[in-house]
Amino acid sequence: MSVTRGFIVPGKPQPLLSPDACTAWSKIRAAFDRVRKEIERSDADLILLYSTQWFSILGHQIQANPEPKWTLVDQEFHELGEMPYEFRMDAEFGKLYAEKARARGLHARSIAYHGFPIDTGTVVALKLLNPDNRLPASVVSCNMYADRAETLVLGKAAGDALRESGKKAIAIGVTALSNRMHTDIVLPEDDHISAGKDDEWNRKILEILGEGRLEDVAQHAREFAAEANGDQKLKAIWWLSALMGQHNQYQGEVYEYQPLYGTGAALVSLTPSASVAQDLEFDEEDVDVYSGDRNVLDAGVSSGDILTAPDATAGVVHVEAAPRPVGAFPHARRAGNLLFLSGMGPRTPGSDEIPGGPVRSANGKRLEYDIEAQTRAVIENVKTVLVASGSSLDEVIDIQCFLIDMDRDFERFNRVYAEYFSKIQATRTTVAIDALPTPIAVEFKVVASVG
Amino acid sequence: MSKGEIVSGVLAPHPPHLVYAENAPQNEPRAECGWEVLRWGYERCRKNVLAKKPDVLIVHSPHWKTVVGHHVLGVDHFKGLSVDPIFPNLFRFHYDLKVDVELAEMIHAEILEAGLVSKMMRNPKFRVDYGTITSCHLINPAWDIPIVGISSNQSYYYFSNDVGQEQMFALGEATRRAVEKSGRRAALLGSCSLSHRHFTVEPELPEDMSREHVYHHGQYLWDMRVLGLMREGKTRQLMDELPDFIEQSVSETKEGCLSWLVSALGFPDYPADVHAYGNVIGTGNAVVEWDPQLARELSA
Repeated sequence: MSVTRGFIVPGKPQPLLSPDACTAWSKIRAAFDRVRKEIERSDADLILLYSTQWFSILGHQIQANPEPKWTLVDQEFHELGEMPYEFRMDAEFGKLYAEKARARGLHARSIAYHGFPIDTGTVVALKLLNPDNRLPASVVSCNMYADRAETLVLGKAAGDALRESGKKAIAIGVTALSNRMHTDIVLPEDDHISAGKDDEWNRKILEILGEGRLEDVAQHAREFAAEANGDQKLKAIWWLSALMGQHNQYQGEVYEYQPLYGTGAALVSLTPSASVAQDLEFDEEDVDVYSGDRNVLDAGVSSGDILTAPDATAGVVHVEAAPRPVGAFPHARRAGNLLFLSGMGPRTPGSDEIPGGPVRSANGKRLEYDIEAQTRAVIENVKTVLVASGSSLDEVIDIQCFLIDMDRDFERFNRVYAEYFSKIQATRTTVAIDALPTPIAVEFKVVASVG
Repeated sequence: MSKGEIVSGVLAPHPPHLVYAENAPQNEPRAECGWEVLRWGYERCRKNVLAKKPDVLIVHSPHWKTVVGHHVLGVDHFKGLSVDPIFPNLFRFHYDLKVDVELAEMIHAEILEAGLVSKMMRNPKFRVDYGTITSCHLINPAWDIPIVGISSNQSYYYFSNDVGQEQMFALGEATRRAVEKSGRRAALLGSCSLSHRHFTVEPELPEDMSREHVYHHGQYLWDMRVLGLMREGKTRQLMDELPDFIEQSVSETKEGCLSWLVSALGFPDYPADVHAYGNVIGTGNAVVEWDPQLARELSA
């Protein structure tokens, strides 16, 4: 059997750098120590590791520097101290793994650069589980955009490489379960799973893993990731299951489950066992060869033609030289060869003063005002928006006019209106209303042609 | 001490390809050519920024990712090797930089004062991220001006782009207040691309320009819309539309750099100078400069 044991472990630095800061973290560390001892007792030739913290975007990368050496300081938890490391990698296996991945249609390469930034998850796992480098390791990246198909094929390619090399491996998926970190500074003793819902989901999948049903969890992964903010969609489980045979025939054991800065941290052991065969509960499509990007970069966009031009606000017109709108709307919006203007009042652009005076004071007292001045200002503002939108007063088709006092104002309003529109002959509707949003007496709603 | 000021603000994207193609002496790999339009745009922008004689470059980088608040570099000298985890074949850069720790402390204090979470990064073994290094190098290849590095907070992933943007506005205001109190002349670098859909394979010869183009026409239209708003001085409208832009084009501005920059500059209503636009593995990148001196001249 190519993979003798599988493990799931968390990748945050606290169990390595600060295990005694609280009971939860010390329990995680103790579980790491238990896994380490079991690896030491195994007859494996290799540790094969997938870390959700090693991101790649151009396919996958596989570490092939035989002796990477550096001192890592975590980007987030730098105050916890340094993580000096010196690992032993199986460079030849890494190259073979990349070759097998390419043979299955993946974009993959092995890398061997001094100073390459090995991620915190990998460093924590290898330092805690293989501190004396007794076994060489092979580490593969987690493509940010990869979905299930690509990750399954990546896992199967690892199996191909193991079979060809004749090596036996311990497979380790470095991943959180729920991955919602605290966004504030939280003392270690106050650490907890950041959401009760996440905790429930974590416990549910751990119950299934405890029964050895790895493939069942792999097929639950999408739902889990959506509900509990699963770490990188729980890709590590996809990889692990594909590598270990995509079935449920394992002896499963949850060694520990604790919060780790709000995330769900679990250490799980999966030992192949023919005696605990389980039926698959689900039957998601399987895939052996990867055949393209499948628009992976479109993920996260909700619906419709997702690679669109900026039409979410297509045709919207904002005019600096017009009065500021009093709500979340533009001055105008074009649809085809029609231009629809938002209701336009007489306020002076910039100062918001009302020509002819406001109709009421700040305390609501009615004031005298000049309807002719207000009407003229409305039409000038309309003209400004039309011109800025590529139209003009001459192209106005229809106007709705709103007056707050028809009896008082209609005649003088109508006289000013005629000065501008008698030759244009736009259709018009004039109605009286109780009030307008600002202390003005008249507002126009205009439709014009454009272009 | 006279009141400090922001003398320049730059949208300064960080594709390592530009440093690679420039054959910077600090970078190990060598290139034949590549991405000249962007690199020459950077050269023009660089002249303008350095002519302002800034005391410090303040950079907000998406490749220093934090969740627990906003972190600020707090060690006065960093020297090391930065290897790009995505493009190690292109970027293995030996950096040697100074940090203006006094200003960093003041920014940290103002962030806390604004009610946000902040941490000083005081570990001398910390490796400075390649986004910070690339943007700083392209604006100041002599590395003779100290920097302040601010991390990109990722917690908005848990909430929404709008929540993230509000945080970045507060961060920008905090940065401006700290600069003013410090007496420094600061140039700000928002280290991000615009549209960020990209190819998922790389040409065998990375600088093969026959393979370089925008990933999708729709994202190009979005980039042009965004740049148009910058050129017209409509940054408030730009910020209103940014969440849509982020969603539609998978824009790297999601990381907060542009919102922070625009807020720190006080939401400029004067035109920005677009020095260059170009694509790098299909992403949209622009070198854009806001000159607050121009605002004063226009209003005089």
